[in-house]
Amino acid sequence: MKYEAVIGLETHVELATKSKIFCACGGHSTKGEPNTRVCPACAGMPGMLPVTNKRVVELAMRAGILLNCDISRYTTFDKKSYYYPDLPCSYQITQWFHPICRNGSVEVTTKDGTRTIGIKQIHMEEDAGKLVHDDWTETTLVDFNRTSVPLIEIVSKPDFRTADEVMAYLEKLKTMFRFANISECEEGAMRCDVNISIRPEGSEELGVRTEIKNMSSLSSIRRAIQYETARHLDAVERGTETLVQETRRWDDVKGRTFSMRNKETAADYRYFPDPNLMPILIGDDWLQRVRDTMPASVEEKTAEYQSKGLSEKEIASLTSERALCDLFDAVTALGRDPKDTASWILTECGGILRKHGQVMSELQITPERLSRIMEKVSGNEINRAAGRKVLEAVLYEDADPDAYCEAHNLGAQGDADAVRQVVLKVLDATPNAVKDYLGGKKKAFQALFGGCMKELKGNGDPQVIRALLEEELSKR
Amino acid sequence: MEILDLTAVELGERIRRRELSAPEALEAVYGAFRARDRNWNAYTAFEIDPARTAAQHAQTLLDSGETLSPLAGVPVGIKDNISVRACLTTCASRILRDYRAPFDATAVRKLKDAGLVPAGTLNMDEFAMGSTSETSCYGAVRNPWNRGHVPGGSSGGAAAAVAARECVCALGSDTGGSVRQPASYCGVTGFKPSYGRVSRYGLIAYGSSLDQIGTLARDVRDCAALLDVIAGADAMDATSVTFPDAGFLGALSGDIHGLRVGVPEECFGDGVETDVGERVEAALDELQRAGAELVPLRLPFIRYAVPVYYILATAEASSNLSRFDGVKYGYRAEHYTTMEELYTRSRSEGFGKEVQKRILLGTFVLSSGYYDAYYNKALKLRQTLVDGFAEAFGRCDVIASPVSPTTAPALGASLSDPLKMYLSDVFTVPANLAGLPGLSVPCGFDRQGLPVGLQLLGAAGADSTVLNAGHAYQLVTDWHKRRPQHSEEVSGNV
Repeated sequence: MKYEAVIGLETHVELATKSKIFCACGGHSTKGEPNTRVCPACAGMPGMLPVTNKRVVELAMRAGILLNCDISRYTTFDKKSYYYPDLPCSYQITQWFHPICRNGSVEVTTKDGTRTIGIKQIHMEEDAGKLVHDDWTETTLVDFNRTSVPLIEIVSKPDFRTADEVMAYLEKLKTMFRFANISECEEGAMRCDVNISIRPEGSEELGVRTEIKNMSSLSSIRRAIQYETARHLDAVERGTETLVQETRRWDDVKGRTFSMRNKETAADYRYFPDPNLMPILIGDDWLQRVRDTMPASVEEKTAEYQSKGLSEKEIASLTSERALCDLFDAVTALGRDPKDTASWILTECGGILRKHGQVMSELQITPERLSRIMEKVSGNEINRAAGRKVLEAVLYEDADPDAYCEAHNLGAQGDADAVRQVVLKVLDATPNAVKDYLGGKKKAFQALFGGCMKELKGNGDPQVIRALLEEELSKR
Repeated sequence: MEILDLTAVELGERIRRRELSAPEALEAVYGAFRARDRNWNAYTAFEIDPARTAAQHAQTLLDSGETLSPLAGVPVGIKDNISVRACLTTCASRILRDYRAPFDATAVRKLKDAGLVPAGTLNMDEFAMGSTSETSCYGAVRNPWNRGHVPGGSSGGAAAAVAARECVCALGSDTGGSVRQPASYCGVTGFKPSYGRVSRYGLIAYGSSLDQIGTLARDVRDCAALLDVIAGADAMDATSVTFPDAGFLGALSGDIHGLRVGVPEECFGDGVETDVGERVEAALDELQRAGAELVPLRLPFIRYAVPVYYILATAEASSNLSRFDGVKYGYRAEHYTTMEELYTRSRSEGFGKEVQKRILLGTFVLSSGYYDAYYNKALKLRQTLVDGFAEAFGRCDVIASPVSPTTAPALGASLSDPLKMYLSDVFTVPANLAGLPGLSVPCGFDRQGLPVGLQLLGAAGADSTVLNAGHAYQLVTDWHKRRPQHSEEVSGNV
């Protein structure tokens, strides 16, 4: 008999907000010394009250829109009670009765084709802290930095059949969420619980289901699914063991799953609505505002860049990172040419980063500075090689392009605007020479040229001066 | 006249006129505490240094000529479940015995900003769970009218201190009557504002959807003046609201001509002590003489109030009190080997019996399989109460009743019959379930000489109407000016 795996995923994603979900503490759990990102509220001190971070609700709505969900117009926060030292209030604020998004779907493509995965719901919740075990002193310490960091949990329907599909789904979520500024999806910012059962192909009935908890690396998830599927097959086909519905833990080193034999699986979480947080009502206006301010998707950006004449390769590179698109858009908005901008970001910035052993995602430059360098080069104020030199200084010495050029004597002589100012000044200061020249005395040109060169302290480009002189004289 | 015989508004006026200083007012209260509190056990602590600092600060503000509350410089006692920065805030519980709050409750911060002086921490039932102030880990509070009786609860320390002239006015908290009922038992004035009127930030929660900080004082004017200081929406409390009305003290006209006073049939009859019923009916006559119109009412739904209250309040409490686990702060058991033992021992040793009972009850009603039968059903009945009151307030402006069916029981009598104690909350819990403002004003004495209280409820947000009705009553009566003889006899001269 041929069997198929039935796999469902619960994916926790840390949201990219400035502050935590119910207090003003900074987000980004991974940063900071233990217990430095904590306030009386997220430490669960007596008398403290949670206040919902509106941004969290909007990012959850954004995720729901991307995954084609129905956005709830009435959504509530509920308390989930259990005792654990990393949970300061001994309850977690989550959404149980009225989650913010329901009934979505997402298409995943593998080498075997494209399939649609159903999304049961997306809900918002707070993260717990972290326990640090010190084997040497046999103590356990609690770090509350991560407490109350905002998460969304995306619950899929049991629609996956292979580990490949799961990988494609997670990769797609990652790209979508990064691109929409929902999550930075850094290492550990995406964690999965995987539900697995197997059944004869074509059967509608479900087999015994096991759940593998809390995995954060894609390769672990793949290996865990493969291991667990094989274990179920062995049990069903060869009777190696009797499967029980249970929660299991993946051991990455041993390469196998282990039963978590503890009372947690039978816990009664006593969910009830948190009376400190009023139900959130999502009206048409708010939902529309979130839709309107939604960053363009990869597909939309691709179409936009095609219309601007960028190559397939350039588009693929730019759309690999939201930040690169943002930089590109900002620089072109300052008036720079799209093709030229793509080339400066990808070829020039990319080349310098590579030279310093960095990758594109680490690029940090303000649009104004990059635009200024490009302007100097395209205006022939400095040549491209000098431009590259300035760019490197901007990237690694935080230099200002103009100040750097001046300090390193780059391009002063070619600055057409500056030279034009000098030309105009000289013309105005010597009306007789101008009169002579216009009267036919061509020799007077030499006198005017000499005056400009003197003003420029001999640093002028003769060609530029001559051209500008002729241009300005022709206007008189 | 002694400083402590003045009302808060009178004291504030003397301070403003420079006849007295804020530090002098504080020392008077502190002196009374030191000389007399052994009789009543109304305070759990009186940390004089931070109070003196606050009094100095208040005097500086006053001297700078800044426009402040009419109560600037007046000392205010604070119930032991309201956070005062750097001071002991223990909920009269062993589990928080050494806990010092790292911040001020919003209400306390507003007091300080307006030049009032938080002074002394007032005794209470442990975690505000009780109607007698006997479950405190610091021992029972006594009723200043009769030491053999309880002062009511849970803000019993606040009521006793105000009655015994050990305190000018106080902040309490009211989850099911915890301000109004002790005010009634001790013959002082107590007000619970509409839910959301005062920020709960810094109030250590019992039942979050029911809790509200309230005021206990000599008269309605003092309560209104205090409310002017502490009311208002707060960004730190998502359930706080700014209601359209403000200026409670200024709104006390004392004119109640045409005010419709609802008189619910259910609150006058079986179960109400004869003396209590008679005194409250006499109060209704006074209101009528002052111009009010009495409207007979039926509120059949209030018979659900006590069971609904004890399901919702204990459910919320079981969750609110789960943070006291011995891990982060507060009491931790000395002996444990596993994590589970750390939890169970710390909580079993740290919480008193009444608190444990309510946590168990709340845990039970939220348990899977029982949620719909209890918690969910209670939520629906709560809505019935809200709707029923909304309908009743279409026909009247305030609803009058006794605060409690009895006067203060004898010490120990309630703990032996907890069901009777729970049922005695019948007239106070409806206001919490429906979020209504409720006032308790003294309206006489029973034949044992124990005070009787009249309760006036208003529609949500109609705090001014309720306060004005109480003020009108106090203009034509002097029950609120009576003081217990014992407060001097037992203590001797101050």
